[in-house]
Amino acid sequence: MPDTRNAIDVRNAVKRYGSFTALQSITLSIRDNEFFTLLGPSGCGKTTLLRMIAGFEDVTEGEIFLFGEEIENLPPHQRPVNTVFQNYALFPHMTIEENVMFGLEMRGSSRDAARKKAGEMLELVQLTPFSARKPSQLSGGQQQRVALARALAPQPKVLLLDEPLSALDLKLRQAMRSELKSIQRETGITFTFVTHDQEEALTMSDRIAVMSAGRLQQLGEARDIYERPVNRFVADFIGETNLLDARIEAVDASVATCRLGSGLTLECDAIGNARPGADVHISIRPERMTLAAANGDPWQGTVKENIFVGTDVQTVVQLQGGIALTVRTQNSAAGVATIFDPGTEVAITVEAGAARMLED
Amino acid sequence: MSSRGDVRTYSGFRAMTMLCLFVLYAPLIIVTIYSFNASRSITVWEGLSLQWYADVFWGPESGKFKQAAINSFTIALIAATMSTAIATSAATAIVRGGRFRLRMASLGLISLPLMVPEIVTAVATLIFFNSIGFTRGYLTILAAHIAFCIPFAYLPIQARMQGIEDTFEQAAQDLYATKAQAFRRVLLPMMMPGIIAGFLLAFIVSLDDFIITNFVKGAGIETLPTAIFGSVKQGIKPNIMAISTMLLVVSIAMVTISYIVGKKDNST
Repeated sequence: MPDTRNAIDVRNAVKRYGSFTALQSITLSIRDNEFFTLLGPSGCGKTTLLRMIAGFEDVTEGEIFLFGEEIENLPPHQRPVNTVFQNYALFPHMTIEENVMFGLEMRGSSRDAARKKAGEMLELVQLTPFSARKPSQLSGGQQQRVALARALAPQPKVLLLDEPLSALDLKLRQAMRSELKSIQRETGITFTFVTHDQEEALTMSDRIAVMSAGRLQQLGEARDIYERPVNRFVADFIGETNLLDARIEAVDASVATCRLGSGLTLECDAIGNARPGADVHISIRPERMTLAAANGDPWQGTVKENIFVGTDVQTVVQLQGGIALTVRTQNSAAGVATIFDPGTEVAITVEAGAARMLED
Repeated sequence: MSSRGDVRTYSGFRAMTMLCLFVLYAPLIIVTIYSFNASRSITVWEGLSLQWYADVFWGPESGKFKQAAINSFTIALIAATMSTAIATSAATAIVRGGRFRLRMASLGLISLPLMVPEIVTAVATLIFFNSIGFTRGYLTILAAHIAFCIPFAYLPIQARMQGIEDTFEQAAQDLYATKAQAFRRVLLPMMMPGIIAGFLLAFIVSLDDFIITNFVKGAGIETLPTAIFGSVKQGIKPNIMAISTMLLVVSIAMVTISYIVGKKDNST
């Protein structure tokens, strides 16, 4: 039996279109009152999963539960979940207020009650002065907030958001992130958010499900996913990383000693079935390494170039044996002191625990 | 916004435009002007007068024309309403019905009558009514008009509907509307400019149809076009020009309404 405390339980959900499998047996739980994000590149199946929860796509196999109640066979209008659509889908022939009242009236609220609730919702998204306007008279950011108010008004058990920020410009998108997060806290409604933007996912989510090619790759808290990616896809998709090919030399308790192609060795936590002789991939985040003047340590190389990116400087260092590593140094007084001109020989220190062995 | 490739820079553009406008509109302008002629002649201008309009309403043929006008307008109204309702259902099924079998065939069957020569439709309709023993009269004209108006009503409705993304209905259903409510509260209002355009087009097409009407009408019943034709056979009198001018005004009014509806929709 599914856990009735979970907002959403997806069990072995499969979606096939003819011979094409869009989703391959997804199982995941979304907890009550959390900000949950489905993250992945386009075509990974994240929107399909969201639309299956909303009821716009049939579930080929498997079940979906909403607080313990099986919903995958209910039509959309019988599911107490609401969606914020990517293009907002505001009804152009209705005023802002009528848009927000729509769901309430369809649920049987009286016109007066719906109007009162719509007023509260428009206040929540700070659009009260616009209630008599038509959607086309509002800016993109304002339309987005109307879509949010409209979907929140009937107090859904889960709010689904399908890339709602993708049409906004950068500044507005950043402002909407914190606004969405605070509205989620204020209303206590479970948010399920779909995005391909890893930064958006990391900044807003309590937990993230990373998807690729119709599969769930990793599910965990934002920091967990970033610091402990399980595979190359996750390590590469979330943030920036250095991916290195290595062979396990020895496994001692939970620590594996790995040899890189160039002969350098490095220690990292052994995972699952790590055994000597196996080829593995290792991920090291660029900000988890520091540079110093060459001191004879084998972990040294030549600075190839420094790329200034505002808050940081990215330094590409060519190690012996041809491996290139990117090191990120914060653009602070202390950081700048460890930046060297191209051509300089430097020593690289990898922080303890920074090297992460990946499953594949 | 003129540029080097602008069609206005082509040599002879102005002359060609003037020629086209002249050929299209000169006869209409002449008919309109001569409808106000004080003379019985249709070619000699003798001064401004409304006598032929008075003749249409109160003259010896006024009874015939009044009955024909009533027939024409009631038939046009009913045929346009019925064919618009049918076309709206058809457009909903064909645009929103998913990829059902025979979808392309349905689309072809609906638009085909536009390409069939009208005389063929007329003969076929007449044979059909004869073979089922339907007495020719008002009802046969009405039935034929409903049928041939459907493609005219259908095209603007379909064009409008294709421009409406299905997320609007999904949003309505997501907000607890049943399919019927989503259609009535969201899709139908959004389709309305197309429906109005379809209705007006069907109305005009029905109002001025001659060939099919002439074939399927029984003896003793006339619509305006057949009544006018009947009059003209005994010689063209200026009262025909007055009726034609009034019909022209109705058509222009319809087109203007259709334009305003479209314009209003774009601005909201």
